[in-house]
Amino acid sequence: MKHLKPGNRKAEAAFEWLEAEGGEVKALQETPPHYPPGCTTIFSPGWEVDSTGGTAALCQPMERDLYDCYKTCFWPAQVPDYLNNNPDWHSGCASATQDWRKIDLIFP
Amino acid sequence: MTLVRANELRRFNAGEREFAFLVPSSIVVELDGEVRSILDRLSDGPKHVGELASSKEAIEALRELASLGAVSRDGAPDVPLAELASPPVPPPLSTIVLNVTNSCNLSCRYCYEYGEDRLESPAAPQIMDEETARRAVDTLIAESGHNRRLQVTFFGGETLLNFKVIRPTVEYARRRAAEEGKFIDFSLTTNATLLTREISQWLADNRIGVTVSIDGPRDVQDSMRVFGRGLGSYDVVAPRIKELLSIYKTRPIGARVTLTAKTIDVPRIFHHLIDEMGFYEVGFAPVTSSSGLDYAIDGEGFDILLAQFADLAERYVDAAIDGRYLGFSNLSDVLGEIHKGVSKAYPCGAGLGLLGVAPGGEIGLCHRFAGSGDHDFGDVHTGVDSAKRSEHLVKGHLDHRTDCRTCWVRSLCSGGCYHEAQVRYGDRFRPNLHYCDWIRAWTSLALEAYTRILVGNPAFLERFDERKVA
Repeated sequence: MKHLKPGNRKAEAAFEWLEAEGGEVKALQETPPHYPPGCTTIFSPGWEVDSTGGTAALCQPMERDLYDCYKTCFWPAQVPDYLNNNPDWHSGCASATQDWRKIDLIFP
Repeated sequence: MTLVRANELRRFNAGEREFAFLVPSSIVVELDGEVRSILDRLSDGPKHVGELASSKEAIEALRELASLGAVSRDGAPDVPLAELASPPVPPPLSTIVLNVTNSCNLSCRYCYEYGEDRLESPAAPQIMDEETARRAVDTLIAESGHNRRLQVTFFGGETLLNFKVIRPTVEYARRRAAEEGKFIDFSLTTNATLLTREISQWLADNRIGVTVSIDGPRDVQDSMRVFGRGLGSYDVVAPRIKELLSIYKTRPIGARVTLTAKTIDVPRIFHHLIDEMGFYEVGFAPVTSSSGLDYAIDGEGFDILLAQFADLAERYVDAAIDGRYLGFSNLSDVLGEIHKGVSKAYPCGAGLGLLGVAPGGEIGLCHRFAGSGDHDFGDVHTGVDSAKRSEHLVKGHLDHRTDCRTCWVRSLCSGGCYHEAQVRYGDRFRPNLHYCDWIRAWTSLALEAYTRILVGNPAFLERFDERKVA
């Protein structure tokens, strides 16, 4: 909104809602990629399946979402504890798309 | 080509800046020059979209207005009436008002409990016993659903005539609430004639919210608020109120004034109660009465009242911009609603989250209806009558008040007090048409006050994030 400014709480809520509704999906199309905070707004392959029900035809390899669980949106069940015990768990993997096989397996 | 029309909105200025209040959403927005010029051009009727969208900026502004429903394509249907597939499920209760007694030691000349406007059947019990009060608390807790913060309000008659029941009821309610993982806040309204040091201390120790019914300085108070033999009550209540205010410092104590045609002097009453007696807040209510009584406020009386409220609102805004609070609760209440953007389908919480209980345990729409036969919603011993609550919610819905359909304050007023309507028109679902003009003028004034504060000291408005609205 540019020409109207919220004047009360109801207006603030309406503006927020409208921006969320009308906003365009940006996901990872921008350069540099835009990482929204929080998983639920992330439009990122790997959380979904493709039209066949598999993962082969996703627009990015499903392994890509591993990094969404790491730092931007830390999910301890999914990635190794990089703060204390395994800081180098992904050091062999410069690009997840190509090098995902080189990621260390960590056994607790 | 598409015609565009402006929908219902009120425009008003605060200094150089212009705002609009949108109906029925109760959204308040500030308008820039582009928007103003579009709305100006729409003020005398719909226009072709091409005429309005003359530049990129104008298109953007038009789109923004449309997204909030402030303008729309002409001929687009209005928001349809809520078609309810089944009667609304009554929401969980949050508040119960206990008429712990219908007796009173005063004989205020305008009282709806005693005068000709009485609704209750005369043979009903006058004093609530402990067992009934406990059942009322149980009813509240049982019907409260997911609500964790509950409210018990003691009302009368004169509440303190039955102090012996209030005390154990508070203890019982606290214990029950703790067992259920809930919290109950208490409040009480009194005429202050029976306050003693011990009672004031107990109220303070238990943090019971207190409202004192008092009409103003001696001559005003004594003209209507009298004892049975016509003796004025001012000299009895004044020292007791001062003692209460000196003991009870941890919670704001408010005064509630009933205004009559004979006693409309808002500035003097306000000055006396705030500056001389030390109340935190004062709320004014025009007397509820059937038409034609000599103390009823009608026609010219409403004009006087509005002018006096306007003066006080002016002082309120100046104080607010200065970061001070002037305890004019009528204005605070509306400001709170505007701030939140309340859009009501029902005039008040009665029947929604609030119910009243008569001394005998009959449950009514609110304390003013409790015990009045036709208007009962069950009994604390047998439970709340949900079917009657649903029926009330269907009949009382704003969409069913045809008189309100075109009124721009309908989402804040929603028709006004059920009890007033019952007394005036014999039908609680009738809008209170006798004060529509007044409500519109008062709401206009409040909107201006709101935006002036928004411009002058927006931080002041944050206090309304917490204030309860009806």
